[in-house]
Amino acid sequence: MITVENISKSFETKDVLKDINLDLKRGEVNMIIGKSGAGKSVLLKCLVGLFDVDKGRILYDDRPFSEMGYQKKKEIRKEVGMLFQGSALFDSKTVLENVMFPLTIFSDKSPEEIKERALFCLRRVNIEEHADHLFPAEISGGMQKRVAIARAIALQPRYLFCDEPNSGLDPQTSIVIDNLIKEITVELDITTVVISHDMNSVMEISDTISFIHNGQKWWEGSRDDIMTTDNQEVVDFVYASNFMKTLRENFNKG
Amino acid sequence: MSIFTHLGKYYILMAQAFAKPDKFKVVWKRVIDEMEAIGIGSIPIVAILSVFMGAVTLLQMAYNFSNPLVPDYTEGLATRDTMILEFAPTIISLILAGKVGSAIAGNLGTMKVTEQIDALEIMGVNPQSYLIMPKVVAALCVFPFIVVIAIFLGTFGGYVAALLTGVVSVEKYVFGIQYDFEPFYVTYALIKAEFFALIITSVSSYQGFITSGGAKEVGDSGTRAVVYSCIIILLFDLILTQLLLTV
Repeated sequence: MITVENISKSFETKDVLKDINLDLKRGEVNMIIGKSGAGKSVLLKCLVGLFDVDKGRILYDDRPFSEMGYQKKKEIRKEVGMLFQGSALFDSKTVLENVMFPLTIFSDKSPEEIKERALFCLRRVNIEEHADHLFPAEISGGMQKRVAIARAIALQPRYLFCDEPNSGLDPQTSIVIDNLIKEITVELDITTVVISHDMNSVMEISDTISFIHNGQKWWEGSRDDIMTTDNQEVVDFVYASNFMKTLRENFNKG
Repeated sequence: MSIFTHLGKYYILMAQAFAKPDKFKVVWKRVIDEMEAIGIGSIPIVAILSVFMGAVTLLQMAYNFSNPLVPDYTEGLATRDTMILEFAPTIISLILAGKVGSAIAGNLGTMKVTEQIDALEIMGVNPQSYLIMPKVVAALCVFPFIVVIAIFLGTFGGYVAALLTGVVSVEKYVFGIQYDFEPFYVTYALIKAEFFALIITSVSSYQGFITSGGAKEVGDSGTRAVVYSCIIILLFDLILTQLLLTV
């Protein structure tokens, strides 16, 4: 579980995050949604320690991550997996080498065991055997995302962060990635935080939803709650399209 | 950002780069890979440049030393000393600032804007140590060899020019390059090579690491890496020459 207590973050004179509180639960997909520029990505970067918070604190299972020094943070980071918006695979390494990388650096396993674990992770995300030796530039966007998930789970993380996991993917591939994230969260019993714009993902895999508006946590609830909410900002964001409006009307009609 | 902000950030980056690495075995492998990229990969361009620089230097010496009071072997001697003192360490380093510096800044800049460096950091890997240290160590190891190769090929270029043009007899040229040899000049060239290796790799790495934005900014970082490396090399050339060669 990750607890966010009253965090704020500013850049020069601009307050990007204002007094945010969150409880991100274990074994659940915790979705963070909001408009572009609302502060979601900054919040995620604060959660993983890429940005230091100005106020408040972040606890990883009661361990005060945001107050730790570099070495202690580094120990916690070994328990963190992250899926970046652009995958962030190392382009000079093959698919297999990308997944082996964290194991090579942090585990004391033999090269054979490392390879075996990396192959297991690749098969778990349904990467075909012939793709192991391809470079990231030689595979599709959907495959890159799956390899990034395999790399993120290689060290059996306790926390998984996903930044816009579906951006740039077709609807069918998006569902594959969404389902993988959900399955892995339940299978490994980890705390998963997903930043997304994709309402399909929100409805498909989220357990809890936090809506960020103007740097503040504006609304929080479940999938069912979002269908019935009368919070105007949430309604304007989620039900911007006619399709979503109809879906909400039908849901509320029962 | 002011120059002092950049100096402070550069110092912090280098301190992080030379922190204890996560796994020596992994870093050692990276050093070997970088030695291949920086060293072996640069030999063809260094060889071509050195041979032509040596040849042209001899022709210019012959043209300028046409006075009958100047001994014939002076052209060979002057070509050798010019190669050792300036052309091999400084001009070759300026060329490598273009080749190696832009590659380093482009590579690290791309990694920065595509979040690969963030990915390393989130994994718990020290990205500065993993990415920068091997490049600096590799350059410090291979630059002296590159300079020695440039010295040999430069004097060989002069020999070829003497042979093909006849501006100086081959015998006189060979006598000249052996005459009054000062071994400290080679030490001086190697000291300069080490300084220039550090300047090129660290300045270019810094430019790569501070990149933000997209393709245009990555290109700008490459350009800045080359320009700043060249200026700092020339500044240190002056300082080192004053320190090491003046009595």
